[in-house]
Amino acid sequence: MIGFHPLPAILLSPFVGAVLLLFVPEGRRNLIRAIALAAATVSLVLAVAAMIFYDRAAGGMQFVEHYSWIPSLGVHLDLGVDGLSLPLVLLTAIIIFAGVFVTWRLESRSKEFFIYALALVGGVFGVFMSMDLLVLFMFIEIAVIPKYVLISVWGSTRKEYAAMKYTMYLLSGSAVALVAIVAIFAYAHDPAHGLGIWTFDLAALSTIHFDPAFQKFAFFLMLLGFGVLIPIFPLHRWTPDGHSAAPTAISMLLAGVIMKLGGYALIRVGIGLFPEGAHFWAPLIAVLAAVNAVYIAFVAMVQKDLKFVVANSSISHMGFVLIGIASLNATSMDGAVAQMFAHGIMAALFFAIVGLVYDKAHTRVIADLGGLAHQMPRVSAAFLIAGLASLGLPGMFNFVAEFTVFTGAIQVFPVLAVVAIFSVVVTAIYVLWVFQRVFFGPRNPKWDHLKDARGVEMVPIVVLAAVLIGFGLYPRAIMDTITGGILPLAQHVASLGIGGPF
Amino acid sequence: MDFSAIRLELVAALIALGLLVFGLLTPRGKREVIGYIAAAAFLGLLALSFLAPGGGGSFQGGLYLDDPLSLFFKRLFITAAFLVSLMSLRFAKSLEESRSEFFSLLGFSLVGMMMLASANDFVSLYIGLELMSLPLVILTAYDRTSGKSTEAGTKYILLSAISSAVLLFGLSLLFGATGSFSYSDTLKALGSVADDPLVVIGSIMVVAGFAFKISAVPFHMWSPDIYEGAPAPVAAFLAVGSKAAGFAALIRLLLFALPASSGDFPLLILSLSVLSMVVGNLIALPQTNMKRLLAYSSIAHAGYILLGLVAASTAGVAAMLYYLVLYLFANVGIFAALSAFGEAGGSSEISSLKGMWKRSPFMAASLLVCLLSLAGIPPAAGFIGKFYLLAEVARQGKLWLAALALVMSVVSISYYISVIRVIVMEKAEDESRIRVSLANKAILAVSVLVTLGMGVFPAPITEWTRAIAGSIVR
Repeated sequence: MIGFHPLPAILLSPFVGAVLLLFVPEGRRNLIRAIALAAATVSLVLAVAAMIFYDRAAGGMQFVEHYSWIPSLGVHLDLGVDGLSLPLVLLTAIIIFAGVFVTWRLESRSKEFFIYALALVGGVFGVFMSMDLLVLFMFIEIAVIPKYVLISVWGSTRKEYAAMKYTMYLLSGSAVALVAIVAIFAYAHDPAHGLGIWTFDLAALSTIHFDPAFQKFAFFLMLLGFGVLIPIFPLHRWTPDGHSAAPTAISMLLAGVIMKLGGYALIRVGIGLFPEGAHFWAPLIAVLAAVNAVYIAFVAMVQKDLKFVVANSSISHMGFVLIGIASLNATSMDGAVAQMFAHGIMAALFFAIVGLVYDKAHTRVIADLGGLAHQMPRVSAAFLIAGLASLGLPGMFNFVAEFTVFTGAIQVFPVLAVVAIFSVVVTAIYVLWVFQRVFFGPRNPKWDHLKDARGVEMVPIVVLAAVLIGFGLYPRAIMDTITGGILPLAQHVASLGIGGPF
Repeated sequence: MDFSAIRLELVAALIALGLLVFGLLTPRGKREVIGYIAAAAFLGLLALSFLAPGGGGSFQGGLYLDDPLSLFFKRLFITAAFLVSLMSLRFAKSLEESRSEFFSLLGFSLVGMMMLASANDFVSLYIGLELMSLPLVILTAYDRTSGKSTEAGTKYILLSAISSAVLLFGLSLLFGATGSFSYSDTLKALGSVADDPLVVIGSIMVVAGFAFKISAVPFHMWSPDIYEGAPAPVAAFLAVGSKAAGFAALIRLLLFALPASSGDFPLLILSLSVLSMVVGNLIALPQTNMKRLLAYSSIAHAGYILLGLVAASTAGVAAMLYYLVLYLFANVGIFAALSAFGEAGGSSEISSLKGMWKRSPFMAASLLVCLLSLAGIPPAAGFIGKFYLLAEVARQGKLWLAALALVMSVVSISYYISVIRVIVMEKAEDESRIRVSLANKAILAVSVLVTLGMGVFPAPITEWTRAIAGSIVR
């Protein structure tokens, strides 16, 4: 649409909010909340508007903005969204909006909390919007340090250890990815094989036909580097600690959005530039995806801490995204992106509820809880919604996403797909089992003083549940957009004679 | 005789002498004003370097070159001297005597650095080196109440003398082989005798002399003790000024005098770079003292910057220049914070920085930005700087070297982040607010603005450094 430029505003709004907050005195709690909420709302409204005004028939990159950044090296601050990134922009906006409400009653250093959280979200928006490889990578890095501070200052349960572990894993991953990026840069500048110019433009880079050996090498580095974010087994070790230690709103962002950065980058950069490399490593990804899905689901089953259950469940669900990516056909990648969106919302809802329970009961140990449905019927209902979404009940958007992933994946990796589908059963077992132990059972008088969620506490629950059910009932509203974004990529892969049904 | 090529050096020397005389003429009680005069004079000199940049040219028949590269370095040194003199105001006030000489010595050291940047002949090179080092020795030992400061001064002069001796011996060997002190004649003469053992040993010794100044491994031993013992502003001047001067001399030496691209020379520079990155970062890990940590981090950064000389291309030199600018501001910012913290009674132990976010949010935020820049995390400038260096090395086919640098950079993040943890997270026992003097606030603000500015809008300085590098590298 001409004359509508939502992207700079979506990107800058969190940063502007963070800078404004620097000048607000710590005591003005309401003003602090208002600024944070305003920043999140601007992004959300514009992201929804962008979703509505995105021309699905035309597809491709839209709302494009060009800014020159380092001309002599061909680095440009080009923003744009397509069907792959727009849903993820919307996802981020929804989660930070919900996250502000989750953090509404934060007492300690709330001003700094919102500064770091907004800076983090700004970085995430940047990753999804950037059409330039170096800028995309920089935004991934920008998101790391706020996260470190957020976990280690406002977290719980071994927070310093978890924060350090998280940061070292992620930064090691980025270092590996940066090696690949530097190598791409050098390759593209080489006039014999590449373009002979300095460029980081993803569209320009994707026109190069990289040497197959180079593709295998570079894609593997990307797989390692971005795999830490996703996380791929066995690089997932930071995730349970990080998720559980983080404050609620940050767990929501971590599971809801940060993990998606890896999947997004792997599709956009990995498959976009190195389809043959992706094809070479696809069996490995598929195997690891199945391990992710099934093994981590079992790990989730035996957790004693409610938040660890949810954290492990997130890793398990990312296995579906991975097998969707590995299958390399239009349907499966479609499903992978949809799964990223669906899982993001669902995980955020889960973490919001766990946070509520913890705030009120001051424990997350499953064995100590029980019968909470008597005291907290609304929280219990919300948990059920998230749980049903998690096990892929039809009517929730997660069902649509998982179904699409497996329809695509079973054509390529039939055995592994079936193995991964098995994890849905495991998920059903642990979700319902946890639900039973925490919310059902006889009324426990110990918890009689707990109040149900109300007021601002309901906002995130209502928003997130509405998104899950809404898109579940009318998936076309978002699936068409995603398909429009994936199709060119899948066609490019298919044109090389790889991927697709064998 | 045409003195226009050395006008900035003349003015700097006049400033240094003027400060000395002024100190003698002013009554004892009023001498604190001299610090402000020094800062103003250095700022004026910086302005002069922009207002009258000069048109190039040389002095005394090529003894001394006035070109864009030397002008760039001179501006860097003057900026460092200006910021360090601002940083020293309180320190100088706390001295019981010899306040005025402090700033005068700073000025003389500055003249030495400027000579090093312009030297185009082994004789002017050596004079510049000594003129820079000797005042720095005195400055290092300036805090007479502290045993560590005196010890640091003694160590510095002994080690500095040894490195000078090595350098001189190397120069004499080279002179024996070529019969000339001038860079261009040396380069010409070396074309025929490059494999002569005399030349090889001589060149290695010359490089070793400057590796000492930039504190590259294995010539780094002096820096941790001296950074720790020296007063914070002097340590800052050592870290940024003296190191940049070492690089200024090395760039010209390796590109114009010694056959840098022939024989085993690239391997020599490569080893210095790799060793510095690896050893500096690994030894920095267990440090508990902030100044020692910065010393080891500065060793590691010498390794990163040397990558530009490994590449020895236009883009490589441009990346070095860019990195030196961001390195200057990040370090000056950290040292200014340490110096302000010291004035408030704090020590330089990392654990004493606890609760900084509450005691002085401004200082904590500034330290955060400067540390992130050194760690190479965007949006601070360090990321772009490191990227330029690595991309150029990778473009020349040394991807493994870029990968190694990145691995070491991840190691470095773990120690920077442990400092950040203490600053932004841990609670202090003493929660009194820290009063930061106006001068230190200004330094911190400038450091943060430049660091973020170079990270968010890298284009202007990138174009500038590339233009300079393009004008000198063939």
